[in-house]
Amino acid sequence: MEHVTQHSDPHYDQEASKLGMWLFIFTELLLFGGLFIVYSIYRFLNPEAFQLAGSELNPVIGTINTIILLVSSMTIAMATSALQKKNKGLTVLLLEITIMLALVFLINKYFEWGVKFDHGIWPGSQHLINDMSKGEILFFGLYFVMTGLHALHIIIGMIIIIVALKRVQKGTVHADRPSLLENAGLYWHLVDLIWIFLFPLFYLIH
Amino acid sequence: MQTATQIPHDVNYLDYKGKYKGIFAWIFSTDHKRIALLYLYSIMTMFAVGVILGLGMKLELIAPGRTIMGPQTYNSFFTVHGVIMIFMVVIPGLPAVFGNFMLPIMIGAKDVAFPKVNLLSWYFYVAGALLVIASVLFGNGTPDTGWTFYAPYSFKTGTNLLPAIFGAFILGFSSILTGLNFIVTIHRMRAPGMTWFKMPLFPWSLYGTAWIQLLATPVVGITLVLVALERIFGIGVFDPALGGDPVLYQHLFWIYSHPAVYVMILPAMGAISEIIPTFSQKHIFGYKAIIASTLAIAFVGYFVWGHHMFTSGMSGTAQYTFSVLTFLVAIPSAIKVFNWISTMHKGSINPDIPFLWAVTFIFVFMIGGFSGLVLGALATNVYVHDTAFVVAHFHFIVFGGVGFAFFGAIHYWFPKMFGRMYNKVWAKLGWAFFTIGFLTLYSPMFYLGMMGMPRRYYDYLPEFHAANILSTMGSWVMTIGLLIIVINLFRSAKLGPNADINPWNGKTLEWTVPSPPPVENFDEIPVYGEKDGPYEY
Repeated sequence: MEHVTQHSDPHYDQEASKLGMWLFIFTELLLFGGLFIVYSIYRFLNPEAFQLAGSELNPVIGTINTIILLVSSMTIAMATSALQKKNKGLTVLLLEITIMLALVFLINKYFEWGVKFDHGIWPGSQHLINDMSKGEILFFGLYFVMTGLHALHIIIGMIIIIVALKRVQKGTVHADRPSLLENAGLYWHLVDLIWIFLFPLFYLIH
Repeated sequence: MQTATQIPHDVNYLDYKGKYKGIFAWIFSTDHKRIALLYLYSIMTMFAVGVILGLGMKLELIAPGRTIMGPQTYNSFFTVHGVIMIFMVVIPGLPAVFGNFMLPIMIGAKDVAFPKVNLLSWYFYVAGALLVIASVLFGNGTPDTGWTFYAPYSFKTGTNLLPAIFGAFILGFSSILTGLNFIVTIHRMRAPGMTWFKMPLFPWSLYGTAWIQLLATPVVGITLVLVALERIFGIGVFDPALGGDPVLYQHLFWIYSHPAVYVMILPAMGAISEIIPTFSQKHIFGYKAIIASTLAIAFVGYFVWGHHMFTSGMSGTAQYTFSVLTFLVAIPSAIKVFNWISTMHKGSINPDIPFLWAVTFIFVFMIGGFSGLVLGALATNVYVHDTAFVVAHFHFIVFGGVGFAFFGAIHYWFPKMFGRMYNKVWAKLGWAFFTIGFLTLYSPMFYLGMMGMPRRYYDYLPEFHAANILSTMGSWVMTIGLLIIVINLFRSAKLGPNADINPWNGKTLEWTVPSPPPVENFDEIPVYGEKDGPYEY
């Protein structure tokens, strides 16, 4: 049965923290779910404008960032396995690589947004409001909101991974108490997964 | 980290001296019982503010024309009244206070699954409340959009709306964390032998509630973020001038905010389902039917949001689909009422204070429910849309339903929570004043709405004068009742006679632990045998 056996440390229940994390991931999916609904409704109403605006985006940077996130998901999964095999050094190294990859993703994002700003495209910009159709305004509005919110999640994910990294180094997260690292991994996969949906919606569909 | 062995079992949670002193012993405590009281005091404070604003609105409406405030002030009053009462009082009310306190004890656990997250959710609550208060005190004017923040006015108004929106967002986060905690607690920490269908009904209702909190709140969260971004950057998603659709805002808002009504009412129903069997000294009638109806309400509640928007511009198909689904919600609600009444049938009824609150709950909830059917039907909805009738309806449900259940619950569990009994004469007097005042305050609004008095106006036509005077006088009587109740409880928490372990002869687990409960609730985790159950009289 699923009842708790009383541990020596009554406050630690690995199953519970995993269940809690999954529930939290549910709420994150619904948070983005609201945005995906808004996106699909406006795409349905403005198909040509969305196609036109989508061709402004650079699919090369998008593809590179997709690969970066997929690799980082792999490295954090490997870090979890390394922890189970009690290889602390490798765990730390893999987590450091994950953080570096996240940073590279953000730098790419910075340059990508920078190019848009150079072209005079940002929410509420004169160029957007005066020269573009309403569908294009909506597309770029959603582009900045959704990729921005995703970037915010990348930053939160990085903070969580850094905390997990410190705990692994300190030895409070180890093979018998891996919840924090496992949950950091789950969160990072979620961030990755959301990007997997954002990427085709903005960069690829024509 | 505290472990079980360090805490003596004979010290109750109120007297326990931990690492921290004074107020820090409370605001740094991860004990679910202390967090419940933190919530109780903060919710009561916000409730007092909301009541004062409500009294101000009723006083303005005592006569046609300008009485004590102008239209802009009146708009701010109903906005802040709504934001406070919905997000800070009624939604967290029963789950955060009685859920936090009673859920672990009722299922035989020492605490919730994540005690630190539990404390964090209270911090979020306080942060959200402070932000909303900041929107009132600073900036150019108090928010005037109504608690619904409807687009496009919510990004056109010059008032200080942003802090209020962020406050509501953070309060949503607090609500999510509470729900998440309860789901995991119920899944993982039930006492050995307490199977799902041996769990008492209050935890069951919290379980249904928690799923709604978890699945619906993020949607309004992102919607509020979009409104904020619309205000700051002009992204266009809800702005018709930039191609956006304000009606889409209403859809997204009500996808959460209608299920939120069930976040309010389900725990209230759960508390009533505990009080009625105890005071009838009888097994609850239709235990599984009540559980099924709880889950049915939680489920169907997701698909009825469109009934808030019958006049906003929807296709005919959408309108009658939402109308039919709305009627469906009435069925599980009626099942519950039927079960409560049947529990009383041939029971040995003890008409003590909590029971009085419970039966008045059923009475006002039924009036609220029937008027809900009037609003769920398309033709009558169009007739009374945005009138005082709607105001009367939802006050009968969210204040009548949730309020009466809250006061019933606090009079039921008070001896357990504080270890003392309140003065029953004053408690009965408070109940009588409150009930008479409540009915006098809100019943005339049904009539006013049918006659065509719109909601959210500081002024009205002279023919509505008499009914409005009656309603305003009701608000005074109700406030006298509230004062009697609160003062009586506050005094009794300090000075009342000591309460027994089980003053009402209840059968659920919270009545097996001392009053007030020890820090870790149980010396030994209780074990449920084959024949044990929560309502075996």
